[in-house]
Amino acid sequence: MNRIILDHVSFRYPNGFLANEDLNLTISQEEQVAIVGQNGAGKTTAVKLMNGLNKPTEGTVYINDKDTKDYTTAQIAKYVGYVFQNPDDQIFNQTVYDEIAYMPKYYKYTEKETKKRVDEAADVMQIREFLKCNPYEIPYTIRKLVTIAAILVVRPEYIILDEPTAGQDLRGIRLLEELLGYLRGQKIGVVTITHDMEFVADNFKRVIAMANKHIIADGSAREIFSRDEVIKESKIKRTEMGMVAKEMGLGSDILNPRELADAAERRLRS
Amino acid sequence: MAYIELKDVDYVYPLAKEPALKQVTASFERGKFYGVIGENAGGKTTLCNLLRGLIPHFYKGKLKGDVLIDGEDIRTLNMDVLSTQMGYIFQNPFTQISGVKNTVFEEIALGMENLGIPKEEMIEKVFSIAELLNIEHLLQNNPNALSGGQRQKVAFASVIAMDTDTFVIDEPTSQLDPDGTAGIFEIIHKLKEQGKTIVLVEHKIDLLAEYADEVLVLKKGELLAKGRTSEVLSDFTLTGQGVMIPHTVSFYQEFSARGHVFSKVPITKSECVSQLAGMIQGKKGEESV
Repeated sequence: MNRIILDHVSFRYPNGFLANEDLNLTISQEEQVAIVGQNGAGKTTAVKLMNGLNKPTEGTVYINDKDTKDYTTAQIAKYVGYVFQNPDDQIFNQTVYDEIAYMPKYYKYTEKETKKRVDEAADVMQIREFLKCNPYEIPYTIRKLVTIAAILVVRPEYIILDEPTAGQDLRGIRLLEELLGYLRGQKIGVVTITHDMEFVADNFKRVIAMANKHIIADGSAREIFSRDEVIKESKIKRTEMGMVAKEMGLGSDILNPRELADAAERRLRS
Repeated sequence: MAYIELKDVDYVYPLAKEPALKQVTASFERGKFYGVIGENAGGKTTLCNLLRGLIPHFYKGKLKGDVLIDGEDIRTLNMDVLSTQMGYIFQNPFTQISGVKNTVFEEIALGMENLGIPKEEMIEKVFSIAELLNIEHLLQNNPNALSGGQRQKVAFASVIAMDTDTFVIDEPTSQLDPDGTAGIFEIIHKLKEQGKTIVLVEHKIDLLAEYADEVLVLKKGELLAKGRTSEVLSDFTLTGQGVMIPHTVSFYQEFSARGHVFSKVPITKSECVSQLAGMIQGKKGEESV
């Protein structure tokens, strides 16, 4: 069965800093999962374990039942694509086209196949107009979209997005929502780190909250946002509508304007 | 006289074909908090570069129109003097960190060091700012070994340490968790209460609604709207222009479509709560009559 498993996984950086402790998790290829939590909680370290950039110092990470310790990061990258938090850590080519074409060329796809895949990925991310540009001529948030295309082009089985919503405008957020729909259609599993609670509530069925090296909660968005202690410990917040509802005593698990309107109408009728 | 005055400003970056700012006219008063919103690539960062004098002193390009700071043309203003008046927090924390300092402590002190601030004062300041931002535990760490969000806080700390009159801040919370984001907004609010002028580029519209005095909306280099926060953010026509609206405004739209109309469009949570409570109370009042 296609899934990523973290089995009692801890990770300690070479300088001795323990970033993740005893993580246990199974994510199937059919799922789209959001990871939320405070800065420095170990979110990025945890997702880097899922694509072999980090190998556990204790416990085992399995990708489709294979132990990541037995494979190189390049081998794993074909199955689990990782989009860096900072696009500038990822980009190194002279044009957007070359950046996206890098992996297909590395895997020695024909020029025709490479071009086909680059165009397709650029279309999904709506960045075709930038293909000839130098990545550093385009805005930071568009560069982030370029790095997503550079991973999509490989057609991995899972894709990890590290804070794709950071700095995105309304159009960027909508585009990411379309991307999630596309990935669902392609049956590509998704793990997303984000601080945008509305984005989480609107798009993810499963949410994992992290705090201080640990997973402290794993459940639906509604469950996570209704638990005060999880919100406090992982330094997240309810959605704006959730906060209004909570303050009004209209419920602790309201997620969006429609649900708040429903709850308010119920109160008006009562 | 306004503090900052822009009149018919056009600006084209070197080698660029399209202008980054087109016919922008706006004025800024001292001690106010201005939020700048709009689509990406709409000119928000360019406006920051201009206010800080990086345009035209660092980015050459073509600048037309008037840019006056305290009545003085920005073209002839001395950049060293301007840098002591205007602190600039860049959009990308990964570029802001100097890279030349080995600890967060030294990184925060760097700007003050350059201004020749006495050592004791500098040390005290670093500690107080670190406390304000909850980063005391990071002071001995290497700035390049921090997480994205931690870096963003350090970049913010190193600029507010300079204690300038005005802060131009470009998306200071993009990498921060919700708690850290709320903390940054509280600090910016405190700076405003100390009389500082704030120009803040930010996508987190719900927080801008809470704190900003005025909002500017930029699209493709043009200033689409500028005015009181409550007026601009309750203007539904702006959503069609790619502008996010506060979630309370989305709720207002949903609720009024169901026949429940508030007397005023709520742009903040507290306004939304009081309007809703008023409506529920009113209903109860009617029933008891």
